Amino acid sequence: MPEKLAILPAFNEEGSIGRVIEEIREFDPGFEILVVDDGSLDRTAEIAAGHGAKVLRLPFNLGIGGAVQTGYRYALENGFQLAVQVDGDGQHDPAQLGVLLQPLLAGEADVVVGSRFAAGGKYAAGRSRRVGIRLFALLVSGLCRQRLTDTTSGFRAVNRRGIRLFAGDYPHDYPEVEAIVMAVRQRLRLREVPVSMRPRDTGHSSITALRSLYYVIKVTLAVLFALCRRSVVPLEEVEEQ
Amino acid sequence: MTPFRVSVFAVIASVLLLLVILELIRRRRLRERYSLLWLLTAVSMLVLSAWRGGLGSISDAVGISYPPSALFVLASLFIIGVLLHYSTVISRLSDQNTILAQRLALLEAELGESRREATPG
Repeated sequence: MPEKLAILPAFNEEGSIGRVIEEIREFDPGFEILVVDDGSLDRTAEIAAGHGAKVLRLPFNLGIGGAVQTGYRYALENGFQLAVQVDGDGQHDPAQLGVLLQPLLAGEADVVVGSRFAAGGKYAAGRSRRVGIRLFALLVSGLCRQRLTDTTSGFRAVNRRGIRLFAGDYPHDYPEVEAIVMAVRQRLRLREVPVSMRPRDTGHSSITALRSLYYVIKVTLAVLFALCRRSVVPLEEVEEQ
Repeated sequence: MTPFRVSVFAVIASVLLLLVILELIRRRRLRERYSLLWLLTAVSMLVLSAWRGGLGSISDAVGISYPPSALFVLASLFIIGVLLHYSTVISRLSDQNTILAQRLALLEAELGESRREATPG
């Protein structure tokens, strides 16, 4: 049983999923690659299986949060010690997984987030998106008493503690920012590392202009509530039961 | 002008509604996704209950001679909105439920077949 799992949430990513799988394998063949097909209508699942990835097909679209949590459940139940989260759209460069994994392997962090803006990171995004990303970074940095620059990044790596927490509870829609606050509130050690991201290969960002207002309100509300909410208990180790 | 006692009562009711909503979210009984319309309802009711002049102007503008009735109208509109929203949510849930039941039946059939194959005789 491999120790490390790569979770690739994918929704209609037939154009890029194959390449992402190959690039992860190129970086480190020791990863088990799990594609969570979030109700795609194209050939995503078929292509992923053709590239030798394990594929979980959700019966309908759960949204990114539900898809990612499926991956963490799989990681928990199959005894993985490390899990990385890589988007199936090719935005995250698997060659940078080394940077992401380093603090986990050194035992310095439980959750590592790849940031586009930390230390010299550059990322071409529209102005309104950049402003939004900055605002959340400020809000969450204040709440977590730790300087964070990119809370919306979905390029992440977690150890067993992180897997247990996220398998037990993971936010539903637009989960990235809230998951950070959850992790900090559970006293997991969070670390941000600089990564560069590529422009998306294919498909569209799930955040359209119409939805951005809902996005901002929902995330702000969720982040504020994450602090005073009844807290979740991370799932117990399966082996211990 | 809205009678003062009506305003006080309406403010208290709106604040109570708001507190109940916030507490439900905090206890994880209500997801943010389904709370937004309720929050909008509670905040609008609170604003118009407290801002007596505003409620008066709105009533005048739409031809309602007794301003507290405008509060009733507004509340009814919000209730219609929330109910419509729930109807769409229920429709989606029942679609998904159908898909789940179908997948489960297919999986059970598959599981039964592979069990029979595994235990010959």
